[in-house]
Amino acid sequence: MSDVLLKLDHVGVRFGGLKAVDDVSLNVKRGERRAIIGPNGAGKTTLFNAITGINPATSGQVIFEGRDVTRAQPHARAAFGMSRTFQITNLFPTLTVEQNMQIALRGLSPQKFSFFGSSDFTADERQKAEGALAISRLNSRAQTLVRELSYGEQRQLEMAMTLATGPRLLLLDEPAAGLAPSERIIVSDVIRSLPSDITVVLIEHDMDLVLSLVDWVTCLNNGRFLAEGAPADIRNNSDIQDVYLGRRHHA
Amino acid sequence: MSMLGSLSASNLDSPRSRKGLLLSLALGALALVILPMILPGYQISIVTQILIFALLAMSIDVLAGYAGRTSLGHGAIFGLSTYVAIYWSTTMGGHIWVGLLLGIVAATILAAIFAILAIRTSGVYFLLLTLALGMIVWGVCQRWTSVTGGENGMRGAGRPAFLIDHAHFYFAVLLIIIPVTWSLWRLVHSPFGWALRGIRDSESRMRSLGYNVQLHLFIAFVLSGFYAGIAGALYAVFNDFVSPSTVQLSLSVSGLLMAITGGIGTLLGSFVGAAAITSLENIVSIFTERWPSVLGLTFIFIMIFAPEGIVGRVQLLLARKHQQS
Ligand SMILES: Nc1ncnc2c1ncn2[C@@H]1O[C@H](COP(=O)(O)OP(=O)(O)O)[C@@H](O)[C@H]1O
Ligand SMILES: [Mg+2]
Repeated sequence: MSDVLLKLDHVGVRFGGLKAVDDVSLNVKRGERRAIIGPNGAGKTTLFNAITGINPATSGQVIFEGRDVTRAQPHARAAFGMSRTFQITNLFPTLTVEQNMQIALRGLSPQKFSFFGSSDFTADERQKAEGALAISRLNSRAQTLVRELSYGEQRQLEMAMTLATGPRLLLLDEPAAGLAPSERIIVSDVIRSLPSDITVVLIEHDMDLVLSLVDWVTCLNNGRFLAEGAPADIRNNSDIQDVYLGRRHHA
Repeated sequence: MSMLGSLSASNLDSPRSRKGLLLSLALGALALVILPMILPGYQISIVTQILIFALLAMSIDVLAGYAGRTSLGHGAIFGLSTYVAIYWSTTMGGHIWVGLLLGIVAATILAAIFAILAIRTSGVYFLLLTLALGMIVWGVCQRWTSVTGGENGMRGAGRPAFLIDHAHFYFAVLLIIIPVTWSLWRLVHSPFGWALRGIRDSESRMRSLGYNVQLHLFIAFVLSGFYAGIAGALYAVFNDFVSPSTVQLSLSVSGLLMAITGGIGTLLGSFVGAAAITSLENIVSIFTERWPSVLGLTFIFIMIFAPEGIVGRVQLLLARKHQQS
């Protein structure tokens, strides 16, 4: 039991009459690299929103480290050790990379309630920020305004910010979507080099990319669980091939 | 009204602009000290009024420019402080200094009530909700004649003897405004202030990073109300009279317009904006009594032609020049 970090128990999310996520159950083990795949509109992002609380589950339970967090606020779940990126880049565009990192780092520290103190990094904060930026390969861009970064660099910064606070669960929503092939390689290298004690759940549309990164794959379709297995089995699973047929050239 | 926030210049914190900032601050401070020695008494009191309204505008800018929440309720928060200070020193016969403190406390409590109701909203909804809350305060001041004097308002007990001279009072206000402004400056550049900018740009991102967005906005609103309350209390001593016009919408609009004219999200731009709008009002009133109409037109003009404000525009030009060189 204790090696299950995240447990979804019959989770459902309704939008009016639409069941965007319908009765999904899964267990993610500590340290696991898990992919969630499925066609557009399958409910992957909605499932992430239920896990992180941005849009809580309307039925079922979300259990994180043995604690029922189904109704917890997003900021409380962050404090429990969850961290995420967004499918659509979600940064502070008018601020510099370093300022984005300062805001990210203080999300979980009492420093965020310092009303009249200095906003400069403390030595400890600087070390953490530089560590996260190094993993994301952005350390040379600290003084750049975020809106002046390339799209690929913005995706890297998303990852650096989610890493900064030392999360135990990292949820990445299509980190490589919309990137050029060379940028995809950087992003997949970053994911591969994440510290092995961090559990990673990754949504990705591109099968080739995802199957080289993870230990276990869950496939959703129409909000429902379709299949799961090791990457090699997923490649040959006929249900999944059907779902992807006509959308992807391979499989 | 996040459109206001997104315009704020962000390169305030480079060492180069810090130098420029210090230089303009030194010049500004020098002007503020020399002015009363060369101006006639009446005009000194206009400069005093500019300082007081600049503080109101800065309190609005904390929310509008940094947290992306544009309030039209700050005139009411300011005016309540004025009412309480004058009520205490006349009707209750209390000491004026205690009245000022009570005014600030009342304004802060009113801001907390506004905040509880308004922080769940953003954009136009926040604007309209704070507008409506301000209207309620105005209605109460208008109708509760036995306490507020209704339309006729209330006359104060007169300034303490040592503040009757225009220049003396000016320096007293300046002595208060300078440390208060310094604390506001620290506030918007503190980790808390940076969190407000984050909330302005993306609430969902801030939540996922661990920020309790509602709590941050609540605290920001209450602090902002506290500063508006200081301005309202100073205004009680300045004007020595209060009537529903002190809590009415046009004061909220003036305060916001001063912040915008100076440059939303620049904090100190409020001084420039307050000077510009107050001077305009004094000039316009020579020719016409339709100041509210002129105020409205000015608002539209600024929003169309210089939405980044005077200080905001200067910062942009400097940044561009810096990039070219
Ligand atoms: N906030 C929302 N309100 C209503 N419907 C939504 C909302 N978010 C997502 N949906 C719907 O839920 C379904 C799943 O969407 P989503 O989780 O974004 O899919 P995926 O990430 O797998 O592409 C889609 O039909 C989408 O239109
Ligand atoms: Mg999605």
